[in-house]
Amino acid sequence: MTTRQLAGPEAEQVAVAPRPAKARGDGLVAALFLAPYLVLFTAFVLAPIVLGLWISLHNWDFTLPGKPFVGFDNYVDLFTPGSTSSGPFWNAMQATGLFTVLSVPLLIVVPLAVAMVMNEKFRGRNVFRTIYFAPYVLGVAVVGVMWRFLLDRNIGAVNSYLDALGLPGDTAWLTSIPAAWVALVGVTVWWTLGFNAVIYIAGLQDIPAELYDAARVDGAGRWGSFRHVTLPGLKPVTMFVTLITIIASANMFGQSFIMTNGAPGRETQTAIFWIAETGLQNFQMGQAAAASWILTLALIVLSLVVYAGFRARGAMDES
Amino acid sequence: MNRSRAVMTSARLSRRGFIVVGGGGLLLAGCGGGKGVGDSQSEGVGGFSGEDYAGPALTLAYWNGFTGGDGPTMQELVKNFMAEHDNISIKNNTIEWSDFYQRLPAAAQAGKGPDVGVMHLDQIATNAARSVLAPVDDLAEALGLSESDFAPAVWTPGIYQDQRYSIPLDVHTIAMYYNKEHFEKAGIKEAPTDAASLDEACKALQQAGYAKPFWMPNQWPAHLMFLSLLWQFGGEPYAEDGSAATYDSEAGVEALSWMREQVEKGYSPDNVDIDSQYVAFKNGENSITWDGIWQINDLKESGIDYGIASLPVIGDNAAAWANSHNFFMTEQAAGDEDRANAAKTFIGWMSEQSAAWSGAGMIPALNAAREEADFTDSVQYAIVDQVEALHFLPAVPGLGDVQAPTLEVAVNEAVLGQKSPDEALSQQASNATKMMQENLEKFGS
Repeated sequence: MTTRQLAGPEAEQVAVAPRPAKARGDGLVAALFLAPYLVLFTAFVLAPIVLGLWISLHNWDFTLPGKPFVGFDNYVDLFTPGSTSSGPFWNAMQATGLFTVLSVPLLIVVPLAVAMVMNEKFRGRNVFRTIYFAPYVLGVAVVGVMWRFLLDRNIGAVNSYLDALGLPGDTAWLTSIPAAWVALVGVTVWWTLGFNAVIYIAGLQDIPAELYDAARVDGAGRWGSFRHVTLPGLKPVTMFVTLITIIASANMFGQSFIMTNGAPGRETQTAIFWIAETGLQNFQMGQAAAASWILTLALIVLSLVVYAGFRARGAMDES
Repeated sequence: MNRSRAVMTSARLSRRGFIVVGGGGLLLAGCGGGKGVGDSQSEGVGGFSGEDYAGPALTLAYWNGFTGGDGPTMQELVKNFMAEHDNISIKNNTIEWSDFYQRLPAAAQAGKGPDVGVMHLDQIATNAARSVLAPVDDLAEALGLSESDFAPAVWTPGIYQDQRYSIPLDVHTIAMYYNKEHFEKAGIKEAPTDAASLDEACKALQQAGYAKPFWMPNQWPAHLMFLSLLWQFGGEPYAEDGSAATYDSEAGVEALSWMREQVEKGYSPDNVDIDSQYVAFKNGENSITWDGIWQINDLKESGIDYGIASLPVIGDNAAAWANSHNFFMTEQAAGDEDRANAAKTFIGWMSEQSAAWSGAGMIPALNAAREEADFTDSVQYAIVDQVEALHFLPAVPGLGDVQAPTLEVAVNEAVLGQKSPDEALSQQASNATKMMQENLEKFGS
């Protein structure tokens, strides 16, 4: 896995102690190879991050001539109950948190199960791999519109089939709580599980077969090999999957934008949804930038916690 | 959601890199500069004589949002204009309306915007305040247009701070569509005209086997229905000067309660999803729906046998929400005299095509054009009486941005039965008032 390679011994060497003899040449070559990405990174990641912080300190509407400096007012507003932005923003943060809590465990476990099955040898394996990965190829607009039609309370196929099977066919999947969360999480899992599964499959193929043989010799059954060989072997991969899934879930926007449009009320409006609406539609970019920073900091902290958790469990020991 | 970006970033995060990115962003904060964009009022505005532009050949960028059944009619008009004007060619750019209002200020700011375009009347003040639009008082004068030439109430919202920024092309509103076959089976001879006859019609339809005849949306166009009803009950949604939201009045509560009642009486199912009342109507699943008259071409294509009528008077007076497509010229074009005159030539010519524009399902804004056969033969002529009862939102900059997260949410919550109309409206109206106060300050300077 990429994570492991970069954190591996070679990377450490380049960064920490270039060998003296060929130092100059190595450094130049490395710099040349790194330059294109660094340029893009600076232009499209670093600069916007910094500019975003600058914007967040202003009452910034780029279509108006005046952009008064307001210090931390935008942040203060977000933390002041009763201001125009704090209610909707924290409501959106709460929705984001809920979505993340509901979707991340499923997106870690279900793809692992799929990957285990897809790693076995059986007829049509590649076909099944393709089938599980296929939804990921679709854009969020396609996924959202399709499921909006399928999940329609009154004229959707899902309720119609549930009804035909004698199950309750009157769930308002898109306009009531908690059904809307079931729908949004379900669709997201269906849509993106293939991606995580592919990463798991790659991770599974990296686990040496001898370890399984040894485990069998030691009398481990299927569960034993899974617990003592597969899971530890997958730790770095699982950490990577967990981190990107948390980040992706916390950035959820398209599904609720298209499927529920935030309904009922603003219950399913996520943080990015609110930030986009505030910054790009209403042009209150200062406020939106401040909100983005709060979301970003929350994500950084969360990622560090997850990272530390995995590290404590030895996810980084292998390399 | 930006999956690929998340993957990119995370994949490159080694243990060290991770912390560097996290911390570096904080450390580096504080540099970088905000560029104030100098926005001078451009030269070249004013003094348009009404004569066609006669200068060197040029190309005007023309932006609009006619993506639906109205698109072909506009393309035809543009073609005709170019055939009559050798020295002006029109580069058309059609963008979904929702994207249009996001992109226009950004493009104008960058100097890559259009020279001329069409936007909704309720967006004129906002974009005038954002210095996207240039005043066109001289054009209105040269064309000899004044308030009395137009449908009531459509002229004044185009004025912002004593200057005119737009020329109306049409008015459009919502109307009541009904399924003729269902009405016939239920023995309904005439389209309902008030609350009582609508109620009777719904009962008759239920008896004829159409269990849910009138689906009540809780998203688009629910807020347009609410505004229409609010005006019918004698209320006003916003203070004319943009200082407060006033739709939590008694009239507002009555209007929204009536909408929820349609669900409680069983005429509408619970939880109608986005657009599904309209999809259901096209498929004969329900019998009555209120929607924009711009759907006429779409309904024609669907082949359903439908009737169209003015909105029934549920409140005390006839009233209906309306909007209007308006031509504008940008500051960008105003900076160059040739472009400005060519743009005004284009707008002047177009405004005279008001009648031909009926083909797009709209109602001509010009009174004279509403007498022409192009309109009197159209489907929407059936609701011509409603023109007298149209209401437009006041010309308050930023009002559109206030409405979506407040009024639309209140309507959504009340129709879904999550909150009482009273509670939903008063809560959101107070939010809206706060936002409007902030806007007054923001756009005031």
